[in-house]
Amino acid sequence: MVGKLLPAASPALSHVATSGAHGEDSPYFAGWRAYDDDPYDAVSNPSGVIQMGLAENQVSFDLLEGFLREHPEAAGWGGAAAGSGVASFRDNALFQDYHGLKTFRKAMASFMEKIRGGKARFDPDRIVLTAGATAANELLTFILANPGDALLIPTPYYPGFDRDLRWRTGVNIVPVHCHSANGFQVTVAALEDAYEEAAAAGMRAAGVLLTNPSNPLGTTMKRSVLEDVLDFVVRKNIHLISDEIYSGSVFAAPDLVSVAELVESRPDVADRVHIVYSLSKDLGLPGFRVGVVYSYNDAVVTTARRMSSFTLVSSQTQKTLAAMLSDDAFAEEYIRTNRERLRMRHDHMVAGLARAGVPCLQGNAGLFVWMDMRRLLLGGGGEATVADELRLWDLMLHEVKLNISPGSSCHCSEPGWFRVCFANMSLDTLDVALARMGRFMDRWNKATTPQKEH
Amino acid sequence: MVNKVADEPQLLSKKAGCNSHGQDSSYFLGWEEYEKNPFDAVANPGGIIQMGLAENQLSFDLVEDWLEKNPDALGLRRGGASVFRELALFQDYHGLPAFKNALARFMSEQRGYRVAFDPSNIVLTAGATSANEALMFCLADQGDAFLIPTPYYPGFDRDLKWRTGAEIVPVHCTSANGFRVTRAALDDAYRRAQKRRLRVKGVLITNPSNPLGTAVPRADLDMIVDFVAAKGIHLVSDEIYSGTAFSDSMPFVSVLEVLAARGPRAADYGLDGRVHVVYSLSKDLGLPGFRVGAIYSSNPAVVSAATKMSSFGLVSSQTQFLLAALLGDKDFTRGYLAENKRRLKERRDQLVDGLKAIGIGCLESDAGLFCWVDMSHLMRSRSFEGEMSLWKKVVFDVGLNISPGSSCHCSEPGWFRVCFANMSAKTLDVAMQRLRAFVETSYKGAATIGALRRAAAAPARSMSCPLAMNMKWALRLTPLSADRKAER
Repeated sequence: MVGKLLPAASPALSHVATSGAHGEDSPYFAGWRAYDDDPYDAVSNPSGVIQMGLAENQVSFDLLEGFLREHPEAAGWGGAAAGSGVASFRDNALFQDYHGLKTFRKAMASFMEKIRGGKARFDPDRIVLTAGATAANELLTFILANPGDALLIPTPYYPGFDRDLRWRTGVNIVPVHCHSANGFQVTVAALEDAYEEAAAAGMRAAGVLLTNPSNPLGTTMKRSVLEDVLDFVVRKNIHLISDEIYSGSVFAAPDLVSVAELVESRPDVADRVHIVYSLSKDLGLPGFRVGVVYSYNDAVVTTARRMSSFTLVSSQTQKTLAAMLSDDAFAEEYIRTNRERLRMRHDHMVAGLARAGVPCLQGNAGLFVWMDMRRLLLGGGGEATVADELRLWDLMLHEVKLNISPGSSCHCSEPGWFRVCFANMSLDTLDVALARMGRFMDRWNKATTPQKEH
Repeated sequence: MVNKVADEPQLLSKKAGCNSHGQDSSYFLGWEEYEKNPFDAVANPGGIIQMGLAENQLSFDLVEDWLEKNPDALGLRRGGASVFRELALFQDYHGLPAFKNALARFMSEQRGYRVAFDPSNIVLTAGATSANEALMFCLADQGDAFLIPTPYYPGFDRDLKWRTGAEIVPVHCTSANGFRVTRAALDDAYRRAQKRRLRVKGVLITNPSNPLGTAVPRADLDMIVDFVAAKGIHLVSDEIYSGTAFSDSMPFVSVLEVLAARGPRAADYGLDGRVHVVYSLSKDLGLPGFRVGAIYSSNPAVVSAATKMSSFGLVSSQTQFLLAALLGDKDFTRGYLAENKRRLKERRDQLVDGLKAIGIGCLESDAGLFCWVDMSHLMRSRSFEGEMSLWKKVVFDVGLNISPGSSCHCSEPGWFRVCFANMSAKTLDVAMQRLRAFVETSYKGAATIGALRRAAAAPARSMSCPLAMNMKWALRLTPLSADRKAER
């Protein structure tokens, strides 16, 4: 009898499929896994890991739920009694036009304007909808850059960019190094360095990508710095992508200066400016997959629209959110209340950390603080290293049971900084986390402070 | 504002500038014409009737009925309690478990429960458009090729090639055997790919076929599976039309059934790992706006890579929740599948009979939302120029937006895809009347109509000689099903 045939190997997958560029082997994701294995629950698992690595906004759901309760026709297609009738279900279900629902685009444009206090206008016809900002960023990268080109990105930056911008596009990221000495602000020197670094590596710089407000810093960009960046992209004849996904979360001065505002006073730069937005952070609706590419460049809008075929927003969701965001009174109240609640959370966290002796970068936006633990890395003599930072991170994760994001996963040039989220949990849970930090710092201080002579 | 050409930002990427989005093809141009002048029975009875859109509008009432009886699904409530918060936050690329479970069962039900789908092998994507592209990214490197039988869905040129850089090499099928795929055609395509120094990574079939409207016969599926096994390549089976199969005599057979029939040997030969199915709710359920697509694969590496990639095109959790409830309702799905099938067949018959009365034949179909219609006898010249000129007449003079075979890469001129499920029976009637009027006036009277009608009813003839001119068209209006039925 013939022996069993060896199983034929499956045919190979592509390089894209087998590369590690999906980035899921980084600590950013390892922390999530530790949390998944041992998640905190006030009742059933009070010593579990508290998730502080997830930039979600959970502070304002009641406002959204309240709206839907008062306007049930927004979530459905009404019933015979409501008058709007289930008949409109058919039109909605059939609607796959990549232009997107006009009412929804108008509602998004209006919402984006309100967030910026009316300082910039948005044309609904320049809004291209995508299934989330993840898709929007990748889409713009496909459109503005060829494989092998580089995007210049100020550090520290959102770890997801390594995958979103590079994986399937074949485009590279060259970091624009920022430092704590000036509050991690972007400088022209740093931009020029990055540009040269790209060139030296044989890469054509296709553009600069900013996140404003910044993730993970939680700060808005100064007007003068933004102007410098604009001057830079003009000088180099490249593009500027401004990811403004956190624009609705600016809770303290200074106000957001959006690149949209600058374009209105500098129309000559318009063709090279593109904005990304999403409802995942401001509205706390990451599950609904709503992203926006907004471009002042007609060719980009047209191309982005066609490309959005690969990542359209569910028409059911467009309809529901159109109803919500076109309600001016609701939208304005939401923006105001949400900001206020984020401010309170932020201040509560900063105060708690200060009591524990842990400073943060002064922030005015976002769903997180940029925590300074550099002091804890020193003491061995010599400079702190990424390895030191990861050891501390590991300690925080496995002993203090807090999943926070190490700065190295955000490509920060200085070890010792961590991004810590505050809006994805209840206030009680936040207090538990702060108490744990406090106890940890107490132990640390005792262990490292030389004993006093009595 | 001064036009500072020298200061214009660097050009966009090559991908942005190229034509692979396919939007200049006739497929899209016909749509544009329709949009300028759309038919409306009341407001614009002289407008263009859209027969180029493969949508299923026949069974919405069944879904609407269900929605009225199940308000929690829309209201985002489960057992009376709001699940809004949970859904708002749910962006896990593994998908909502309740939805994947319901989808797995529904896909199995469509195949008469002859195949079981494991929910953990399902990857959800924003439509089949996204699923097909993601599979290309997973299976093909830039410059690699997939073999695709012609005629095929025009959207593939964009979906499979644009951002992936993959190539499509057509597998030529002809009317000689009802456009079935043959081993010879596959081998020929493979050789042509090699001549172009393209590495072939797989074959992609659409089953049931768009634009043919036919279920791929089991024997052909076996042959294709043998081919990919021999060449060591992948097979993607786009089964987006699986729920539109309406024929009892020629039922839809999924490639997964063919694999299952091979038993454990299939796994031994690694076949499990090379066959991937694509599905979507856009055609069966008529929900293209909701963007629900799926990749099904038993290859863990493909599932893993595709799952991560789905981050770029996730399905809205709001929609997943609604559909979990809809598809999880077995009473609904059983009733829907049966009634939808009945209505599709009825509407298809209306189109086929209407065309026959004008002396126009179709490939006998057993699925789909369209017929593959032979209008070659109406062309002034037997060429693609002739086809284009006929198409323009039909769009602009007759006012019917149908899809020319050339846009589907058909190797023979004169075939058109005509949709029937995206309009009312009355509108379809109007379309037939217009077409009749056109044929009568353009092709000189009743005598010709009589000849056309007789020819349409003629028995099968041999197709061995290349088609010449004039009356040869009569020979082509054979019920080509004679060929295909023998092969069940």
